[in-house]
Amino acid sequence: MQLIDCPWCGPREELEFHYGGQAHVSYPPDPQALTDEQWGHFVFFRDNPKGPFPERWVHGAGCRRWFNAVRDTRTHEFLAVYPIGAARPGVPGGDA
Amino acid sequence: MNRVDGYGRIDRSRTLRFTFDGTVYTGHPGDTLASALLAHGVRVVGSSIKLGRPRGITAAWNDDATGLVQIEEPFPEPMLLASTVELTDGLVAGGVNGQGRLATVADTARYDRRHTHCDTLVVGAGPAGLLAARTAARRGERVVLVDDRREAGGSLAPTDRIDGRAAHRFVADVVAELAGYTDVLHLQRTTAFGHYDDGFVLALQRRTDHLGSDAPGHLSRQRVHRIRARRTVVAAGAHERPVAFADNDRPGIMLASAGREYLLRYGVLVGREVAVFTTDDAAYAAAADLAGAGARVTLFDARTTTPAHWTRACTDTGVTVRAGTVVTGTEAGPDGAVTAVRTGPAPGGDPAGGTTTPCDTLLVSGGWTPAAHLFSHIRGTLVFDDALGAFRPGGAVAGTEVIGAANGTLDLAGCLAEGAGAQAPSVAPEPERVPTLVTWWTPGDPARQFVDLARDATVADITRALDAGMRSVEHVKRYTTIGTAHDQGRTSGMIAAGITAELLGRSAGDLGTTTFRPPYVPVAFGALAGRERGDLFDPVRTTAVHPWHVAHGAVFEDVGQWKRPRYFPRPGEDMDTAVLRECAAARRDVAIMDGSTLGKIDVQGPDAGEFLDRVYTNMMSSLRVGRVRYGVMCGNDGMVGDDGTVLRLAEDHYLLTTTTGGAATVLGHLEDWLQTEWPHLRVHLTSVTEHWAVFPVVGPRSRELLRQVFPDLDASNDAFGFMSWQDTALDGVPVRLARISFSGELAYEVNVDSRYGLALWERLVAAGAHLGITPYGTETMHVLRAEKGFPIIGQDTDGTVTPHDLGMSWVVSAKKDDFVGKRSFARPENNDPQRKHLVGLLPTDAATRLPEGAQIVEFAADGTLPPPPVPMLGHITSSYLSAELDRPFALALVKGGRARIGEVVHVPHEGSLVAAEITGHVLVDPEGARRDG
Repeated sequence: MQLIDCPWCGPREELEFHYGGQAHVSYPPDPQALTDEQWGHFVFFRDNPKGPFPERWVHGAGCRRWFNAVRDTRTHEFLAVYPIGAARPGVPGGDA
Repeated sequence: MNRVDGYGRIDRSRTLRFTFDGTVYTGHPGDTLASALLAHGVRVVGSSIKLGRPRGITAAWNDDATGLVQIEEPFPEPMLLASTVELTDGLVAGGVNGQGRLATVADTARYDRRHTHCDTLVVGAGPAGLLAARTAARRGERVVLVDDRREAGGSLAPTDRIDGRAAHRFVADVVAELAGYTDVLHLQRTTAFGHYDDGFVLALQRRTDHLGSDAPGHLSRQRVHRIRARRTVVAAGAHERPVAFADNDRPGIMLASAGREYLLRYGVLVGREVAVFTTDDAAYAAAADLAGAGARVTLFDARTTTPAHWTRACTDTGVTVRAGTVVTGTEAGPDGAVTAVRTGPAPGGDPAGGTTTPCDTLLVSGGWTPAAHLFSHIRGTLVFDDALGAFRPGGAVAGTEVIGAANGTLDLAGCLAEGAGAQAPSVAPEPERVPTLVTWWTPGDPARQFVDLARDATVADITRALDAGMRSVEHVKRYTTIGTAHDQGRTSGMIAAGITAELLGRSAGDLGTTTFRPPYVPVAFGALAGRERGDLFDPVRTTAVHPWHVAHGAVFEDVGQWKRPRYFPRPGEDMDTAVLRECAAARRDVAIMDGSTLGKIDVQGPDAGEFLDRVYTNMMSSLRVGRVRYGVMCGNDGMVGDDGTVLRLAEDHYLLTTTTGGAATVLGHLEDWLQTEWPHLRVHLTSVTEHWAVFPVVGPRSRELLRQVFPDLDASNDAFGFMSWQDTALDGVPVRLARISFSGELAYEVNVDSRYGLALWERLVAAGAHLGITPYGTETMHVLRAEKGFPIIGQDTDGTVTPHDLGMSWVVSAKKDDFVGKRSFARPENNDPQRKHLVGLLPTDAATRLPEGAQIVEFAADGTLPPPPVPMLGHITSSYLSAELDRPFALALVKGGRARIGEVVHVPHEGSLVAAEITGHVLVDPEGARRDG
């Protein structure tokens, strides 16, 4: 059971959180302007890297706030947490 | 009796009586079931699972692979190790032959859990762990020390000396010092069985098992400690390794350290004619101690050079030491227990070493394997140590240290130093060691050389795995099942890996080891469940009217965590009869249901209308205050996620309802969009599900009832039209009424503060008595809505269904530039005429109720079923008997269904094909004539 450092509440147990998939996949400004393929990519396609990965998390059984985190998919380790809307931070050993 | 005076830490002043396999025996407080059995010379305990070979006790603690017993009293438990069961008065047990047996009655014992946070957790109260705990405690840290045995001290022997006094005195002093710190929690009989991320450790404390029938009723039997530690020190010791040789599974053969422990801890001399087979120094102490207690001992050392100090100690007590000799097989008596060992020359040993030596007991030592499980659980890397002949921790895991024997440090001075650093107490220098001769197995018949005794897996089984092409130690484990029994390979794992490596011509370090996974020891499901069983398994949610439902004989169904009345049977009624009666009442007179479980979300803020326009497929900003609109929410993929009604309470204030099961999901969905994509919208969301009791009052006579109960209300259709709401009051209590119908009938939803829910319900039911008001449940609600073609999201949909598929194109706004899901509706896949549509289905015999979930198939042009694979057209999503239609009917998702209306399809049901006609999905009142009464 990991500890996840909620930006609002501090470290809390993993079971209080829900995963929300890849971060920084923004809703397109004008979906109608996209081709079917572009829209399909937005809806259905996500990255699956081995290593640091930006993700959306929500503290559902706590403050109910969404935030972003960079997590290493090899070790599950959280390398950084940061607010929605902020740029992805550089992390030690990260590729971004 | 094999009990020896002057030995052991048992209380001989008291005698305990117990029964094993029907025979009554005695033992003493401090005994385990195994030590008490061995004291009485019971060597055959049970028989093995696959081959039925007699098996006995091979170890003195949890590394026993064979001594499995079934406990009958005080409570039935299968497959416990006799060596870990503390003896209690009145214990009734028997040996396990094959498999154990689960209790057939419920376990009445209590189990619970406790959360603990600490700076330092120390696992293991041997010399290294005790000092690590003391060091941390002296620094003022919050410390938890857990140890799985009855008392602290690990494998220290009475003859060991620390700081110039008996080791057990030293241990007692450290334990007493720890007890003096308020921030130290020291738990014996507590096994750390799992180590997880970020310093999380689970430990099982056996609180009352050792008290037997004296256990106080208020104490939980076992407790799971959930420990979150800033730093974890693993001082879990090491497991002695066996060596595989022919017939090494016979009762009377055990680990050398176990033979010594039975003498020193329990005062039991396990044999009179003892053979010892060793590949390292530690077994010499066992040989010397057993000889000193009166056994005749012959020691066979695989090494050609024996340790001088220990050889002298042995010969001084009469032990015969034979170097360069290995055990190659055993002989057995009629009971299957060992009667002799066959020996042969070790590589480089005496070629004339082959002989047969009579014995009643054979002690074996192949060296020591660090108990690094808790390090491996959190992905700590293990490296092979050639000197140990075993894997030990290598590399680092943040926040975790491994010390003592678990780290491969086998000498006492080293263990103390790793526990206390410079503050380590002094001990006498250890005699010079002779390196361990790493030996996995000796020459002999591989089919009789047991590697994992618990699984009856032999060297021949490993050979078979390799012949089948297995090369990885993980694959060999799964092919042979070695290491998958109750001991999880504590003793067998290392020799299995070693033998596999040697057969493959590789080094053990190169081949690697299997991954250790929790739990380290078997843990009862009851302990893991804790208090969360029976009524406490999951929260139960009930509405304000629940007591009335119970008193009126409701049959309940679970909807998520809610208890909802499914129907209200009258005496003699089954469900079908009750539901037909309830349906008829709703369509002919008046009926009432408890709809309080509907999800309700209060939406407020200047941008509330804009927000709802984005998440619903239809327009909500244009809804006038005082009006109600049905809405559907989709995901980005355009599939229906939930539906419900929206009441506009004020310009900046809406109240949404969701499905009962979807309430939490919908709130989460809305919060997600609001926080992550549209944080600029000024909107607040609040769940008010529990705040409001809601009662649909349904039927042609519902207006009559409302007029009677709420005299201030103008209930005329002009003043109070369909899909509008009004506030009124009853005895000063505000009540909100809404003209919403989920049945097609004239209907009102009566909303009131939950605190007044029961009172208002009773008022409505009493007032409606002369109208024949009928309470109804979810089953009738489902029938009434299905007759009208209203889908239940999650029953008639499955995440692949669009509003258009449901025949609800009208709920999708064409005016809005965008809303969640809109873009997907333009994809070709969403406009395929062969998509599955929601349609009605009427069995042509007007008698068969088709089962929900049944597949729908179509006959070929010649009137026969096409050859397999028969194309599936879709499936039935809802199916009921209809009082109104006087026949069964169904809703179904059918490929291109709307274009097939009028066609006859078939549904496989109970071995035959039932013909059914596809119809529109609205079967009752399609013109909507009834909603205004």
